[in-house]
Amino acid sequence: MLTRRFSLSQAAIGTIVLLFSLACLFPFIMVVSGSLSTENDIVNYGYALIPRHVTLSSYKILLLGSSRIVDAYVISILVTVIGTVLSIIVNGMGGYVMARRSFKYRNILSIYVIITMLFSGGLVPWYIICVRYLDLKDTLWAMILPPLANAFNMFLIRNFMMAIPEDLYESAKMDGASEYRIFFRLIAPLSVPVLATVGLFVALGYWNDWFLGLMFIDKQELQPLQLLLRTLVSNVEFLKSSSNAAAMQQISATIPSESIKMALTVITIGPIIFLYPFVQRYFVKGLMVGAVKG
Amino acid sequence: MKRRNGLVRDLAQNHQLIVMFLPVATLLFLFCYLPLSGLVIPFKNFDFQKGIFGSDWMHPLFNNFDYLLSSDAAFRAVRNTILLNVLFIAVGLIFEVGFALMLNELRNKYFKRVTQSLTFLPFFISWIVVGVFTYNLLNYETGAVNRFLEWIGAGPVDFYSEAGLWPLILTIAIRWKVTGYGTIIYLAALTSIDNSYYEAAAIDGASRWQQIRYISLPMLRPTVVILTLLAIGRIMNADFGMFYAMVGDATLLFPTTDVIDTLVYRSLRQSGDIGMASAAGFLQSVVAFVLVLSSNYAARKIDRDSAIF
Repeated sequence: MLTRRFSLSQAAIGTIVLLFSLACLFPFIMVVSGSLSTENDIVNYGYALIPRHVTLSSYKILLLGSSRIVDAYVISILVTVIGTVLSIIVNGMGGYVMARRSFKYRNILSIYVIITMLFSGGLVPWYIICVRYLDLKDTLWAMILPPLANAFNMFLIRNFMMAIPEDLYESAKMDGASEYRIFFRLIAPLSVPVLATVGLFVALGYWNDWFLGLMFIDKQELQPLQLLLRTLVSNVEFLKSSSNAAAMQQISATIPSESIKMALTVITIGPIIFLYPFVQRYFVKGLMVGAVKG
Repeated sequence: MKRRNGLVRDLAQNHQLIVMFLPVATLLFLFCYLPLSGLVIPFKNFDFQKGIFGSDWMHPLFNNFDYLLSSDAAFRAVRNTILLNVLFIAVGLIFEVGFALMLNELRNKYFKRVTQSLTFLPFFISWIVVGVFTYNLLNYETGAVNRFLEWIGAGPVDFYSEAGLWPLILTIAIRWKVTGYGTIIYLAALTSIDNSYYEAAAIDGASRWQQIRYISLPMLRPTVVILTLLAIGRIMNADFGMFYAMVGDATLLFPTTDVIDTLVYRSLRQSGDIGMASAAGFLQSVVAFVLVLSSNYAARKIDRDSAIF
């Protein structure tokens, strides 16, 4: 009965929401279109939503002509996979210990974790510790270890595990199960929702990270994809210094600088766009969990 | 003596739990606690070879701070950090609450789902990629915005040398990237409001506007207050990723876009001025600590469950 009265405002709100949604989508389409356009079209007509002439030469150059891109892809995948798996195990165990009510010192451990959310030495000391004392410069671990233990994620996991009835822990304990066994066989499987959510956020963080690479990685062959994209945007010519520049020359005499940037962007966000429809709702759920009890 | 025995026994009994906590404890120690010792760096004449404790003390002790506080760049960075954060928080609040209210009004479930998915999408890409998008739109020769301006006869604008426009451009970029994300929490709060409030109001003849004004908004207030307080706690910390990816080394834009984090980064990695970088970082850490504590205290007063700790 109310439908008619509000149809006008429904239409107005619908239009605003639709326009903003399209604005969110627009740059993605433009990048895909740019990556498929010929260099001439971009220079002459600018970026367009639909390419005038479709060509795959940028992708060919990136994937066949430059080993850098493939290397960077491998680095990014390694960092993301190792980082996410370690993060779930390490933070999961941390959260589990803090969730064990029968453990007298769990509050002391909680405070130990909370303090890291309060105090920060800042960028300079952190950098010096990592480089001068932990010798992380130009290693894969520099992109994995520093953000691995995360207080916020641990508390998210702890809160979830604390909602599991204490009897369950105790009865497993009575049956003679070790703490490791209780965690891996009983509590972790029950905590899949929160572990999956944390894992997805962590994976996204590792995939999108370039800050750690920027700080610690000077070696070209260890650069992650995101950092390579940044390097490429500021200087396309560096591709020519790649090991198999000759192969690149065969594909195209000149580097199509604009469309190649777009192609690398597409390659970088590809996995995310591809997985987005499947994982989106877990992110929403995770956010709600975090919002209800942080 | 007896107490100590109790402690030892407790720990021995729970050694498995302690082993399980060890990885986290070690990582936090290395990457959060050890850097705290680096807070002495601004008081030292830091030499990379000699390390944090081996380096000599500064003479006079506050030399790095004097140097920092007398520099225009530092003043500019502090001013930009605070002003831009205030701008981002205020605009963000209006957009996110507004957008949540609008989505909440939509009755077509399918439309609502699709638009929510689309607006959430930009959250998933890195600032580097957003930087590429921005460049696509704004660059002088081929940018879509400049093409459009030419088309309507307004002529191209060299955005990458117009510092005055960048607070606006950055605000738009942030809104584009995180509005969908920020909306989710408000939308969750809205959907949790008991429908009977609205039904009662409708029976009393309240219009949809009045229902929003007198039911939805007051119900959102605690969430708004707490999220804003927590954001204010981080007001001294700029999003380095955004500034570095969007502005980078475009020196012409620094008057409005150079923030504490980018200044510290440049001093550390480019000019190698560790003294100044660490002094700026030190002040930032101290102020941030006070702000986080007080904003969290305030959030706790309002709603116990919403405080971080």
